[in-house]
Amino acid sequence: MDELINVVDWSRWQFALTAIVHWLFVPLTIGLSLIIGIMETVYYRTRNEKWLRITKFWMTLFGINFACGVATGLILEFEFGTNWSNYSWFVGDIFGAPLAIEGIVAFFLESTFIAVMFFGWKRVSPRFHLAATWLTAIGVALSALWILVANAWMQYPAGMEFDPEQMRNVMVSFKDVVLSPVAVNKFFHTVLSGWVLGSVFVVGVSCWLLIKRNNRDFALRSIKVAGAVGLAGIVLTMWTGDGSAVEVSKYQPMKLAAMEGLYSGSEGQGLVAFGFVNTDKRPFDGQKAIHAEVSIPKGLSILARHDADAFVPGIEDLIRGYAVNESGDTVYKDVSYARRIEMGKTARQALRDYDAAMKRGDAAAMASAKRIIDDNFRYFGYGYLNAPEDAVPPVAVSFYSFRVMVMAGGYLLLFFIVVAWASWRRKVNLLQNRWFCILGLLTIPVVWICSEAGWVLAEVGRQPWTIEGLLPVNAAVSAISSGSVQTTFWLFVALFTVLLVAEVSIMVRHIRRKAETDMFYEPEK
Amino acid sequence: MEALQSYWWFLISLLGALLVFLLFVQGGQTMLFCSHSSMTRNLKVNSLGRKWELTYTTLVVFGGAFFASFPLFYSTCFGGAYWLWMLILLSFILQAVSYEFRRKPGNLLGTRVYDAFLFFNGCAGCILLGVAVGMMIFGADFTVTKGNILDGGQPVISVWNPSHGLEAIFNWRNLLVGFTVLFLARTNAALYFINSIEEGTAFRARQRRAALVNGAVFVVLFLALVAVIFTSDGYGYDADGVISEVPYKYADNLMSLWWLGFIFVVGVVMVLYGLGKTAVRRVYNHGIVWTGAGTVLAILALMCLLGYNDTAFLPSVTDPQSSLTIRNSSSSYFTLKVMTWVSVLSPIVIAYIAVVWRKLSKPPLTPTELEHEHDAY
Repeated sequence: MDELINVVDWSRWQFALTAIVHWLFVPLTIGLSLIIGIMETVYYRTRNEKWLRITKFWMTLFGINFACGVATGLILEFEFGTNWSNYSWFVGDIFGAPLAIEGIVAFFLESTFIAVMFFGWKRVSPRFHLAATWLTAIGVALSALWILVANAWMQYPAGMEFDPEQMRNVMVSFKDVVLSPVAVNKFFHTVLSGWVLGSVFVVGVSCWLLIKRNNRDFALRSIKVAGAVGLAGIVLTMWTGDGSAVEVSKYQPMKLAAMEGLYSGSEGQGLVAFGFVNTDKRPFDGQKAIHAEVSIPKGLSILARHDADAFVPGIEDLIRGYAVNESGDTVYKDVSYARRIEMGKTARQALRDYDAAMKRGDAAAMASAKRIIDDNFRYFGYGYLNAPEDAVPPVAVSFYSFRVMVMAGGYLLLFFIVVAWASWRRKVNLLQNRWFCILGLLTIPVVWICSEAGWVLAEVGRQPWTIEGLLPVNAAVSAISSGSVQTTFWLFVALFTVLLVAEVSIMVRHIRRKAETDMFYEPEK
Repeated sequence: MEALQSYWWFLISLLGALLVFLLFVQGGQTMLFCSHSSMTRNLKVNSLGRKWELTYTTLVVFGGAFFASFPLFYSTCFGGAYWLWMLILLSFILQAVSYEFRRKPGNLLGTRVYDAFLFFNGCAGCILLGVAVGMMIFGADFTVTKGNILDGGQPVISVWNPSHGLEAIFNWRNLLVGFTVLFLARTNAALYFINSIEEGTAFRARQRRAALVNGAVFVVLFLALVAVIFTSDGYGYDADGVISEVPYKYADNLMSLWWLGFIFVVGVVMVLYGLGKTAVRRVYNHGIVWTGAGTVLAILALMCLLGYNDTAFLPSVTDPQSSLTIRNSSSSYFTLKVMTWVSVLSPIVIAYIAVVWRKLSKPPLTPTELEHEHDAY
């Protein structure tokens, strides 16, 4: 059992490491692909050589980043099999389809046309090249769509039913999987946040060019495009973020309670604006959950339910059995977690009985066991838990990651309002102000922290589930030794560190080298 | 249901066949250090660099399609042969960054290290993918017990040999498949260089020689492999799904599925024709077209033979009943149907890949073009 826990923990660390590193590169790919597409379109329409130079500069940075995203993405896909083999069987019938469609529909589009983007300038017509650039951007977005559909399904399993004969879940409605409210919201929230990140990168690097003074026009044109994309992106990201909060309150209320450090809910629940999580706090122990708490009155009720007086259940309420209904309107007394554990164990026992009856060909016993499975399967995953508290995600990580994301997002909104206003109203003095440029440069790490915090919240906040309510992490792993996973974990740590340092180093060298000359008058190779 | 399972095995086989052909990129990477000058090496890298993502994507799609259509294979083989797949992944990670980073200032490790990474990926990628295919022919040491998922203490359904894939790497029959794939990839790479690079007659003569030497080694290995496969026993299943060892199973499949045998022979002949014509005609530069198409046909037929005619495509040598077949490891009817609708897009995908391939390959890459390339690798 200890070995199993070790394998689970190391597999989680390995997957988390890969996902975090992968997400360093992906949003930049998403954002830059759109910005480059706009820049090349301007070049195509105006035939102004300056826009061609601008496009090529950002395209080179895009290419350097793209390679690392591709490298880490491959591992993520295969880790579902290598480290989470039980998961792959239990829900592979549903989860595999989006991954395959991602490959057929999106990856080939990206990988085919990205070659034209970089090597087609003199081999294809400008129109074909522009089409290739946009097709690459579309491929990137489609790729995000399908992987986010898959991720959303893990958070809100829909469109499936359990097949006791095969001991796995099978898809019964593709539409429900693809168009689930969680999937749709997650797609827009994530892709739009990629626009924001790409825009901050372009604005930040352009600010540095402005500090260096050789490429003023180059930088201002870049900021103009990125400022508009960034402002649109952050406004829409916040809008969809609001939608995410509502979805979470409906479908993952435990995640919502954890990210607020809320143990006992109330009507008109406040939102914690400032505070420190008491890490010793456990459900029902009577300790204070948040130290030095400063709350926005009724904030959480408004955020989660769009109703200032709505009841928001806390961790202890949920364990007792409070739940939010499908429409998110009312809170009602549902099945307590202790009862869910019993029902999960009942479903497992019924599945054992079904299997035994099937082997001896007893149709009546199979039908009887099937009825019990159907009645209890909703809480199948709880049967693997030892106590209701096992279903509580890490509160401190969820709490802080949510606040980091929201505060950084709020700052980015202000940042882009100023950038977009200054660039479009030609407030050149502000944009060239040294302190403003330093601020732009410092915003680059802020947006990455914001973006990563969002994913940490999404993934840590849903623990211990790989599939909400159906399969906890300890029942999803592969039968490998923890030593093997530890070895590959440290191998990946070393490898990713080298790749990351190399990528940043190459990007910095490329930008600095270009900044030394006036890029508009540098001889074209 | 059975028709859909067969259709998806065909698509998996096709993706596998395309992947083996596209491994010419890896084959070319093993030949970088044989270059006479840095310009020649850069030409090879840049010529391969316009295709590496296609190979990479095909590998990813191969994995994704296997996951979607035969999830029990994904679950059993990937989680079981952990070290084999991790080594494959490691080599492909190194490849993905090496093209982009190798000549960029500030790349931390220097061009030679990235070229060494490409060499490593070239060798390891081909050999280890070959080993993975070898397991599908000659079997592996694993058990599948779906009921294990009900065991709270150790709920894992697929349990593999404790060596987790290392044992497969040190199996001589699997290695025979791996080295056959490697030399096929090197042969195709040399023919690809002839077709896609224009650097004078001396370069062409060297690549011709490389194609013929590697081609000769490949033919010897291939004949040995064919002999081993078609004299080996395999595993088949009866109408009740009971799996048992069947003597000369693959030879039997070849006879029973004569049309696959025909495709296999046509593929082999095309490979030999491409090689032969390149050997005879010094100015001929389309050998890759013949060997490429032949590779796809031969591997397609071989992969189909592994799964059709009631054959276990991943035999368990420990417990034959745990062996994976296209019947017991596939997705549900509904999922296969949905995926089949999506696969209707495949001709469009193949069409635009062909258009782009042609546009980027004609005319061949020259030193002059490379010197003026803005984003050269």
